[in-house]
Amino acid sequence: MSFPILTLITFVPVVGMVAILFLKKGQDNAVRYTALTATAIQLVLAIIMLFAFDFTKAGILDASTFQFVEKARWITIPNVSWIGTIKIDYFVGVDGLSILMVFLSAFVSFIATLSSWNIKKMVKGYFMLFLLLDAAMMGVFVSLDFFLFYVFWEIMLLPMYFLIGIWGGPRKEYAAIKFFIYTLFGSIFILLTMIALYFSATETVNGIQLHTFNLIELTKASAYSATGILSPQNPNNWRMIAYIFLFIGFAIKIPMFPFHTWLPDAHVEAPTPISVILAGVLLKMGTYGILRISYPIFPEITRELAWYIGLFGVINIIYGALVALAQKDFKKLIAYSSISHMGYVLLGMATLSVTGITGAIFQMFNHGTITAMLFLIVGVIYDRAHTRGIYEFGGLANKMPVYTGIVTIAFFAAIGLPGLSGFISESLVFIGGFGSTVTRTLTIVGLLGILLGAAYMLWTLQRIYFGKFNEKWSFMEDLTPREYLMFVPLAIVVIYLGVQPGLAIDFMNTSVKTFVHFLNTAAF
Amino acid sequence: MNNLSNFIGSLSIIKPEIAIAISLVVVLIFDLIFKEKKTIIPYIGIAGLVVTFFLLIAQFGQTHAGFFTSPGAKIGMFALDPFSTFLKLIIVITSIIVIIMSISSDEIKSVTQRSGEYYTLMFGMILGMMFLTSATDFLLIYVSVELMSLSSYVLAGFLKQQKRPAESSLKYVIYGSVSSGIMLFGISLIYGLYGTTNLAAIASAGNIQGFNYITMTVASILVFVGIGYKISAVPFHFWTPDVYEGAPLPITAYLSVASKAAGFAFLVRVIQLGFATGSDSHGFWEMISGVDWRTFIILIAILTMSVGNLVALWQDNLKRLLAYSSIAHAGYLIAALAAFSNESILAILVYFVFYMLMNLGAFYTVMVVRNKIGSEDINDYDGLGRTSPLLGVVFGIFLFSLAGVPPFAGFIGKLYIFVALVDAKLIALAVIGLLNATLSVYYYMRIMKHMYFNKPNEMTPSIEAPVLDKTMLIILAVPTLLFGIFFQTIVHLAQQSVHLLGL
Repeated sequence: MSFPILTLITFVPVVGMVAILFLKKGQDNAVRYTALTATAIQLVLAIIMLFAFDFTKAGILDASTFQFVEKARWITIPNVSWIGTIKIDYFVGVDGLSILMVFLSAFVSFIATLSSWNIKKMVKGYFMLFLLLDAAMMGVFVSLDFFLFYVFWEIMLLPMYFLIGIWGGPRKEYAAIKFFIYTLFGSIFILLTMIALYFSATETVNGIQLHTFNLIELTKASAYSATGILSPQNPNNWRMIAYIFLFIGFAIKIPMFPFHTWLPDAHVEAPTPISVILAGVLLKMGTYGILRISYPIFPEITRELAWYIGLFGVINIIYGALVALAQKDFKKLIAYSSISHMGYVLLGMATLSVTGITGAIFQMFNHGTITAMLFLIVGVIYDRAHTRGIYEFGGLANKMPVYTGIVTIAFFAAIGLPGLSGFISESLVFIGGFGSTVTRTLTIVGLLGILLGAAYMLWTLQRIYFGKFNEKWSFMEDLTPREYLMFVPLAIVVIYLGVQPGLAIDFMNTSVKTFVHFLNTAAF
Repeated sequence: MNNLSNFIGSLSIIKPEIAIAISLVVVLIFDLIFKEKKTIIPYIGIAGLVVTFFLLIAQFGQTHAGFFTSPGAKIGMFALDPFSTFLKLIIVITSIIVIIMSISSDEIKSVTQRSGEYYTLMFGMILGMMFLTSATDFLLIYVSVELMSLSSYVLAGFLKQQKRPAESSLKYVIYGSVSSGIMLFGISLIYGLYGTTNLAAIASAGNIQGFNYITMTVASILVFVGIGYKISAVPFHFWTPDVYEGAPLPITAYLSVASKAAGFAFLVRVIQLGFATGSDSHGFWEMISGVDWRTFIILIAILTMSVGNLVALWQDNLKRLLAYSSIAHAGYLIAALAAFSNESILAILVYFVFYMLMNLGAFYTVMVVRNKIGSEDINDYDGLGRTSPLLGVVFGIFLFSLAGVPPFAGFIGKLYIFVALVDAKLIALAVIGLLNATLSVYYYMRIMKHMYFNKPNEMTPSIEAPVLDKTMLIILAVPTLLFGIFFQTIVHLAQQSVHLLGL
């Protein structure tokens, strides 16, 4: 086995966390730099992975074409007469579906660490929890064993609960518990499906058939025993129910209408860096989960329900945009714009076409970078003015020209202006959607979202940054060097991928082709 | 086989129980000898329990029947099997921890002069529980239940000078005697039907003869009242919150773990030995036809977990909150039993190991705080996580574990329960159970909220726990975390222990 880069990239933050634990109280800067080092190492590792990634390997259905794979036995419980051996693997690997997510989560975590610099309260606790969150997110994206995936998925809740609840705004307690209960409610459905899948499928290990949590084995129709509860031969509709269970679990994380109500609360109350993580990475876990688990394990149900997924996507797009239009709180507006943008991902996924799914994954990545920027933008204002009311500002462009420049890039990227990354992914989604007969009508309706998106974004730009300057804010300074360090890398990625999208798309091309072919042909 | 050799032959399989009985007497004698230095008594108790522990380890894996009531019977009054040994180990470990808790509890310290009485009663309870885990005859079951209950009535009201404990103890006695009377009536009906009190004989007779289903069902339900009372299943739970609140904290912790373990042993034994006739290759039991135990168990399980969780939401007293939470946990365990398979027993055994760690840990933390501030009110925990970081973190671990969130041990316990349910295709029950688990998160997190999100008020001091307490809390917290990630040892042990005499 080669260099364990995935273990390293997942557990580097944990090492940082332990290091912070041993730092003395009061050494706040040492704590910050330790956290920054941990996330920087993670980012470097992620970049090394990008360079080492082999574009020709598909992954998805074939364990041998996954890259950077590590597999070790985690739990083995020997058999007794009435129940066979139980095994759970520590099985991680990356393919075209996850490589961009791994990079995104390392990248956004690094930026969020920078943006955490002005957290003053209980610094040690904050960064320890932050790093734990970082490790858990990375774990979700690299896991190829359902059990491992689930454990990382749940671990992530704990730090998030405290990060919102302790460092959040006025209604932090409400937001924290709402987030926690909502997500936990979703994950019980994932848990049930996981157990049912475990009992339905087997994997042959050293000539012995064992029940399995292996996500790749679970995609094979031959893995299911005829009597299993989720077996394709089973004439009942348990597979449909399991699919819906799983979908609800993931949909809460996306968040998909009507399960979205936790998101605005969590975002408004969370401190800026946590909002960045939440929008930049956490939401992607929902769609990633659907792509990695629901789609390949239940391809026949996916085909059957594709239209509904697209429908919910379009509802997300329109609903999120309409609600965003009505917001008076800048951060809440961005939160609802997230809901709208995640709708594009769902619509792209529903097309079941190469173009559409490429667009969806690319949109996940772009939304991660663009929304991270948007929340940082809100953070900049909030740090200085301690308010986020859209109507309280005006003409900030006069006072903060560089900042306004960054804002313009981010806003235009969010609208989907050509030349910026958002345009490419959204158009891929629409092209894919229009090309598929199933989603054509939905796509036409969804296009309205572009218009609405432009409306609320431009209107906000006008209200806050242009127009008459409110003298109340004359003390506000332009960006500090640290803030430059946060915005510039994000802006570069957004612009560069707008001009040269092939750079990102190449990573997923082979995988998506295999994936789509499987989804459309798999006989289950 | 003549009676004397039967008796002497059977003695060798109750060595641990004999050790407990001897410890009981020794504690009593030392109480008389050491008139002034009563503080030594708990250590004698611990020594006796450690000896018992090793005797139990020596018995692990053995299967024997003993104390035969009729010539030629395969199963007598007492069964030594891995299942009972496993639960006895849990009972003994719990007892050791609870004695250590009692050593540092202010409530018990206030009555040091009576500690001989306290520990004697405790050993009486242990003896009752250990016999109950192994009892295969209604006679022995009844005697054990009474021994255990009578001791616990007195222990619950041990702080008799105060009003609350006295009240709760009285409630406990009244509920207890009514329910055991009802159970006795049920047993007498069963005796009337079969002419025997032996569980194995009932199972084989039930298969051969046609019998009156209605009488049988009524009798079963009456017996279940007795069991339900012990494991505080709804609707026989009314005593639980009051007794838990009134009893000294170590005893509350004890009742919530050890006495529940014995109660579950009783329940499993009655159902599995008395009403199952065999099991298939996957470990699913074939039940006596006629009595619909499954519907009954499912109903009780749903009621128990829902009522426990719903009522816990409104509690401000942590003892009461944990009391209702323990009712809810009993509900999950009853649900696991509804699968009627070896996996149910596996789930119950695994769950009890983790439940012991996390529940004792939670009660221990509450006691440490109580020793310092004399209160169990949730509002007095405001900001505790910041003023006393160690207490905050360990309490957090116990609460998250009780809530069943990975990577803590409680999650593995719940996982095994739902594995048993899904494998038995009881999906609806599993969904209800999981919804309940989600609901329970709210009240556990409420404590976390008070500890971490609220600002410390003048009531919350910085609590520097004594070394003994600190050590114990860490001893309980570390496995709660580690077993959540590396659980194979416990599950493997439990799997080997899923062997009851009979099937």
